[in-house]
Amino acid sequence: MAAVIETLETVDALAAQKYKYGFETNIAMDAFPKGLNEDIVRLISAKKDEPEWMLEWRLKAYALWRTMDEPDWARIKHPPIDYENLYYYAAPSGPAPKSLEDVDPELLKMYDKLGIPLNERAALAGVESPNVAVDAVFDSVSVATTFRETLSKSGVIFCPISEAVREHPDLVKQYLGSVVSIGDNFFSALNSAVFSDGSFVFIPKGVRCPMELSTYFRINARNTGQFERTLIIAAEGASVSYLEGCTAPMRDENQLHAAVVELVALDDAKIKYSTVQNWYPGDADGKGGIYNFVTKRGACRGSRSKISWTQVETGSAITWKYPSCILQGDNSVGEFYSVALTHNYQQADTGTKMIHIGKNTTSTIISKGISAGHSNNTYRGLVKILPGASGARNFTQCDSLLIGDQCGAHTVPYIESRNMSAKVEHEATTSKIAEDQLFYCRSRGLSEEDAVGLIVNGFCKDVLKELPMEFAVEAQKLLAVSLEGSVG
Amino acid sequence: MTALPTRKLEAWRYTDLKNLAAISFTEAKPAKIVAPLPDLGIPRIVFVNGSYNAALSTPPEFMSPFVKVVDESVLPLVQINAAHAHDGVTIDVPANIDAGAVLLISYANTEMPIAFHPRHRVVLGAGAKLTIIEVAMGQGVYWHNPVTDITLHEGAALGHYRLQDESTEAFHLATIRAQISATAAYESFSLVIGAKLSRAEFHATLTGPNASTHLNAAQLLRGRQHADFTSVVAHKAPTCASRQTVKSVLSDHSRGVFQGRIEVAQIAQKTDGYQMNQALLLSPHAEIDIKPELEIFADDVKCSHGATIGALDPEQIFYLRSRGIPEDQARSILIRAFLTEALEPVTHEAARIFLEDAIETWWARK
Amino acid sequence: MLEIKNLSASIGDKEILRGVNLVVPDGEIHAIMGPNGAGKSTLSYVLSGREGYEVTGGSAFYNGQDLLAMEPEERATAGVFLAFQYPVELPGVGNANFIRTALNSVRRARGEAELDAVAFLKLARSAIKSLSMPDDMLKRNVNVGFSGGEKKRNEVLQMALLQPGFAILDETDSGLDIDALKIVADGVNALRGAKFSALVITHYQRLLDHIVPDYVHVLAAGKIVRSGGPELALELEARGYAGLEAA
Repeated sequence: MAAVIETLETVDALAAQKYKYGFETNIAMDAFPKGLNEDIVRLISAKKDEPEWMLEWRLKAYALWRTMDEPDWARIKHPPIDYENLYYYAAPSGPAPKSLEDVDPELLKMYDKLGIPLNERAALAGVESPNVAVDAVFDSVSVATTFRETLSKSGVIFCPISEAVREHPDLVKQYLGSVVSIGDNFFSALNSAVFSDGSFVFIPKGVRCPMELSTYFRINARNTGQFERTLIIAAEGASVSYLEGCTAPMRDENQLHAAVVELVALDDAKIKYSTVQNWYPGDADGKGGIYNFVTKRGACRGSRSKISWTQVETGSAITWKYPSCILQGDNSVGEFYSVALTHNYQQADTGTKMIHIGKNTTSTIISKGISAGHSNNTYRGLVKILPGASGARNFTQCDSLLIGDQCGAHTVPYIESRNMSAKVEHEATTSKIAEDQLFYCRSRGLSEEDAVGLIVNGFCKDVLKELPMEFAVEAQKLLAVSLEGSVG
Repeated sequence: MTALPTRKLEAWRYTDLKNLAAISFTEAKPAKIVAPLPDLGIPRIVFVNGSYNAALSTPPEFMSPFVKVVDESVLPLVQINAAHAHDGVTIDVPANIDAGAVLLISYANTEMPIAFHPRHRVVLGAGAKLTIIEVAMGQGVYWHNPVTDITLHEGAALGHYRLQDESTEAFHLATIRAQISATAAYESFSLVIGAKLSRAEFHATLTGPNASTHLNAAQLLRGRQHADFTSVVAHKAPTCASRQTVKSVLSDHSRGVFQGRIEVAQIAQKTDGYQMNQALLLSPHAEIDIKPELEIFADDVKCSHGATIGALDPEQIFYLRSRGIPEDQARSILIRAFLTEALEPVTHEAARIFLEDAIETWWARK
Repeated sequence: MLEIKNLSASIGDKEILRGVNLVVPDGEIHAIMGPNGAGKSTLSYVLSGREGYEVTGGSAFYNGQDLLAMEPEERATAGVFLAFQYPVELPGVGNANFIRTALNSVRRARGEAELDAVAFLKLARSAIKSLSMPDDMLKRNVNVGFSGGEKKRNEVLQMALLQPGFAILDETDSGLDIDALKIVADGVNALRGAKFSALVITHYQRLLDHIVPDYVHVLAAGKIVRSGGPELALELEARGYAGLEAA
């Protein structure tokens, strides 16, 4: 019952709000000229004080990108993106802040308003929730990374990736682009050329990261693309739980977000990566919103390693992302838990790839899609068992829920098996909220909207329970709010 | 000639026709019949090397000669068929007539590679009934590219049972398009044991309320055979039901493909759609590729698909052997049991016996 | 006659049987009792030829035939029958078809004529009747949707029809109510005779009230640690297995 009451309270509390993160922060910004060419790439690299090898890597990516086309296989439609009419770099003016004291107070106010704790003391004062270290990325730069000292005591490196390029070049050289190659796809090539910031995490051998790590992404500037790059490496026996959140102001024009996330897990390492994606979804008529083209992939390189993706996708006008696992190490484990909710004119095409290479590798896919309004929601996934993956196992459950008869729910799984001792099981269902469930709730006094929120949360339970606690509560609220106006 | 589809097309990602494209075909010559043709004691229509053979046929009522038609299909194989079709059979059963069963045989025997593109049409008037048992068989290198167009008017019922037992050097690419009106039923089952490379592509459209269809299949492959079962079921009216159970048994270096899409239009409320695809891999070199798709634009629907892939269960094999049943027979029993569900729509007794015999023959051939 | 000499077997690296010695002459019923994990089920699987068990030493002969060198189906046609502790479900396989196929394999091996469907059904129905089982048992798929008791009775039905010379009952009593237990016991007792012998594996004395054994053996930690008459079962029931491992 606690969850029920909580959901109801949430819906009440947020009833008046729609996209509560839609405000804009007025702050002096530096931006490079619009458009993309080699000079812009050089400018970004110079701005970041990058070594020559990094610039070369970017230029190679840029040259490759110029030869590539946008992928066209996803079930999404949008007017052509004018890559020459975007800013590829935007950052608060002035020198980079050395500490929190140097950060523009307007920015601090914004993070406060978003509920992101950048003040370590304030975070420490929190009694109930465990500490979370935060890397805050604002448009093209990281503005603050908290708890770095605490973390460094246990050998954990958590810093902006631009800093890692300078301070930990060997690690970056070894792993950057090793999971998602430069030319993997159009958007990964673009990102590789122009990425401006993001987080870098290295957990050394045998270390269990003492606190949750998180990155909070905020797009603020107009006509600006955000191209962040995240690289997480868990060495032998290490483990880490990483959270990612995203918001952006409400704007009439569409904005591009093309991120790349790479995870590497060595022998016995564990990485848990959770996302609550709440980019501005556009208004009720489908105007504005973020185009979210993201490449996320994890490599289970070591034996018995494990990578677990959990995502709650409620934002963005377009979501195009497939957090995947390459199960190379014997006995390695990949997991994908996803809730994707689309409303109004949102379009989501999301899912995962599980590539079984090593022996006795196992993967689990649980996907819950909810479509409302005029939206389209697609699950797209690949389970591939290679000849060497003896004893591999996959279980996939894909459920879709439709609310209203103007939306679409689509399921496109690909299953390829080339090993007779592997076992693959796949189930998918599509349904609507049953009349008797709704009636039962309403006969107990719930409004139709509350009842839908409740049932949707129940539908997503198997995924939500995978989220760290404070995120799960946030995600539940988000689901209820995102569905507002979908019934009645 | 329209080019053959390539793997760049999403619908052909798992089936590569480059070996077919490399063959140059010659004119078909009259062929010797070296194998006995099946006879089920029902009217029989026989095509030899793609042409109707009156001497071997005992045509059913309601059969009429081939008429060339204009076809604006976007499907490459249908375009090729439309350009080259010179023969085929048309069966037009008037309303409320039970036309019984008919056996339709395509037999090929050739020394040089030949290609034939028959175009068949089956129209059942309101309330009419018909069973078609279709057999494709032959020797030599050839390409059989039949297109079958089926129209079922209100309340009509067609049982369509297919045995594809082509030469293991042959290419068999069949397209079956069915328009199914209100309360009509299209019940089909395909047994695939032949051809070097084959594809059966079904496009079933449910156009009126309470129309229904079964699109079942069993693919039993060995050697380097490749078989592809592709279906698109379009629900375009409310309260229709579609059921697909496709089973693949793959040994040696064979490769099985299943692609199935259920499309539910916004008007098609209360759709009941179901797909089940199961594969048994009997060899470490066999491969299965599955793509079951749901594309849904109506909210009050019940649609699901399931897929399982695995080997024969060693526990079950041991249980049978511990009762004295030799291993080979134990496997055969378990494979037959695995196939049972797919054969469900075959309600015609003679057809069922004929198909079950074909499964036995397949097992005994190895 | 079954002769087991110094039989050792392991699963993976784990040694389960550590030198079992046992002789079961024709006409006799022997019970094997013992605590969980003693190796009782392993013994039954090794004798019937299930994969996954490695025989590391010793021998097992039935009527002079080297059981361990034979395929599972050869052991079955030679007259060895295992009533499974957990009978396997065979979806899509009709029970009548399954038992007839098995019976004809056994009959072929004995040089007897195979039975057609009609003759088999007649035989099966009379067996079902004498075991007080429901008629629909033959129509259903093998063990699919059967209750625990029905599965065990189906094992006994198969045994009644296949007429083995030597049967192993692996905890056939587990999960049975008293009526079902009697049916199972009646099935075994009906086969009793000069040419039939059996190994009854059980955890409890209860079954042995209905199938009275000639000898009782205690298996503990992979060895037979005690043997005696039926009274040994009573003693074990009263005092438990504690202390036997050390014996």
